[in-house]
Amino acid sequence: MAVYEHLYEAYEGESHSAWSRFLVIPRYALRETFKSKLLTTIFILCFIYPLIATILVYLHHNANALALLQINVRELLPIDASFFQTFVQVQGAFAFILTVLVAPPLISRDLSNNALPLYLCRPLSRTEYVLGKMTVIVFLLSLVTWIPGLLLFFFQASLAGLAWLWANIWMIQAIFSSSMIWIILLSLLALAVSSLVKWRVVASGALLGMFFVPRAFGEIINELFLTRAGHLISFWATMDSIWRGLFGLFKRQTGTIRGKVDSPIYEGQVVDIVLLEPPLWASWLVIALVCAVCVWLLSRKVRAYEVIK
Amino acid sequence: MTSVIELEQLSVTFGRRPILKSLDGALNGRAIGLLGPNGAGKTSLIHTLLGFHPPTAGTARIFGQDITTDAKSVRQTVGYMPERDSFIAKMSCVHFVRLMAELSGIPAKHALERAHEALFFVGLGEARYRPVDSYSLGMKQLAKLAQAIVHGPKLIILDEPTNGLDPPTRSRMISLIRQIRDGGRARILLSSHLLRDVEECCDEILVLKDGHIAANCNLEEERKANRKFIELETRGGDRSAFIEAIGDLGCEYALSGERRIKLIMNETVQIADLYRIALEHGVQIRRLNFKRDSLEDIFLKAMENGNAGEGVSALANNGNAIKNADGNGGMSDGSL
Repeated sequence: MAVYEHLYEAYEGESHSAWSRFLVIPRYALRETFKSKLLTTIFILCFIYPLIATILVYLHHNANALALLQINVRELLPIDASFFQTFVQVQGAFAFILTVLVAPPLISRDLSNNALPLYLCRPLSRTEYVLGKMTVIVFLLSLVTWIPGLLLFFFQASLAGLAWLWANIWMIQAIFSSSMIWIILLSLLALAVSSLVKWRVVASGALLGMFFVPRAFGEIINELFLTRAGHLISFWATMDSIWRGLFGLFKRQTGTIRGKVDSPIYEGQVVDIVLLEPPLWASWLVIALVCAVCVWLLSRKVRAYEVIK
Repeated sequence: MTSVIELEQLSVTFGRRPILKSLDGALNGRAIGLLGPNGAGKTSLIHTLLGFHPPTAGTARIFGQDITTDAKSVRQTVGYMPERDSFIAKMSCVHFVRLMAELSGIPAKHALERAHEALFFVGLGEARYRPVDSYSLGMKQLAKLAQAIVHGPKLIILDEPTNGLDPPTRSRMISLIRQIRDGGRARILLSSHLLRDVEECCDEILVLKDGHIAANCNLEEERKANRKFIELETRGGDRSAFIEAIGDLGCEYALSGERRIKLIMNETVQIADLYRIALEHGVQIRRLNFKRDSLEDIFLKAMENGNAGEGVSALANNGNAIKNADGNGGMSDGSL
């Protein structure tokens, strides 16, 4: 139909496949996202650490450069599981910042403008809608976590040789899994908050609060009760345990402290108390429970119309 | 031929409260008006057809496709204009409509073309690059219509499309709906509180009351149902002989003043017969009004007797006092 005719015509052309329809949502959302200069700047800053890590890897394998810079190879960080775990941790922090900036308006804006009926009256299910919104976060966070992580790994492998690659091939799975678990947790939490709160600023504040307030409480519990169980309510500490577990670096005993125990047997005595991190399965369980609650919240809130009792 | 919408014992319950109660029927009109007082279940029926609320019993079909088992196919063929303000913030109207087209399955390139066309069609061509949040209420309504038609649906569901519109914008909206209807490419389901809107656009109506179907009828046929009720205004001639001759034809009549005669035509009597008798007796017929039901009459009758399963056809002949279409006052069997 030509524009000048101004008539209603049915569409009889081709359609794109039903399974990929949800990808329309992230395409539009990402276009809107990168209109923000602040976000674009932070997104670029996210690649500073990967750049530093790449330089470190390069220096490890370049004697000339080390000589030029007058650095001994032993002074550099070793390129091992710990190196890549630190990489995931640092990039995880950047991923969190990106999530706080990008995710809050994703669903809340649609809710406040009553746009959900417009999405859901089309051949798009509620799951696909959430998946579409989640893809925005997963795509962005993947670009700053496991994708540069794996590139760095292969860069190291290319310089260190096949022997190193075969010895450390398990790290591919560790880099990918540890990043993806963090990405999934962040996306689900952010989308759940976004579906509960209609104002962007409040949603961002709530997201920040969820990560920092329990952490502070956890530390208070740890100090008061001379334990490490408080880590279970801190997402940072829980994820740290999981990351360490995936990179084979997890240790339950993280130290001892000397103090008085409030017990009739040791009353008044100063003893060494062994501090045990919560077991790994408990950390996994906490993350799984949080994800399940987020999915439940999304299934309750992402509806074309809410039926009010 | 497949009905546009088929309702088969469709029931919907919110919590313990029944909202739609065993709705049955088939709707085939080019433009179907959905009427009913507040809380009758109009919007709930629309939402159920779109799959927003699952039926607790029964089902419905749109162009033969079940709304529960073929939900996605149904939504592929349907365009929906919601009642409340609905848009995507911080997006220009053309991008908003394009996004909606792409979500309906149209490839990106064609979607942009369709978005432009739809916006020109509804009259927002000049304002299409402005963000929707900056639009006036009337423009937002037109933008909602554009997104509902952009993918060329076979059924367009319009929920209160003229809500809050000023008269010129309302006329524009009604004219667009009629254009779509007359184009024959899409059927329309129009839900409105405004009987005038439905009367101007629809050829079939479904009246809901308390979650029941109070009436489901073809509007044109319903209007014609009272064609046998006629009001005459006469001048001159032998009026008493004229009336006697009408009586001889088997028509019941009642005199109203010196010049007016109300009568119920016999099945075998034609209008031409009246003119012939008038000529024979030198009587001039100055005015001849068919007593036709307005939509308001149909609606009010349905509301008076809104039990499920009793259609307007039955109601039209039950002898209740009914208001004249041209507002000339009432007429009842009792006066004849």
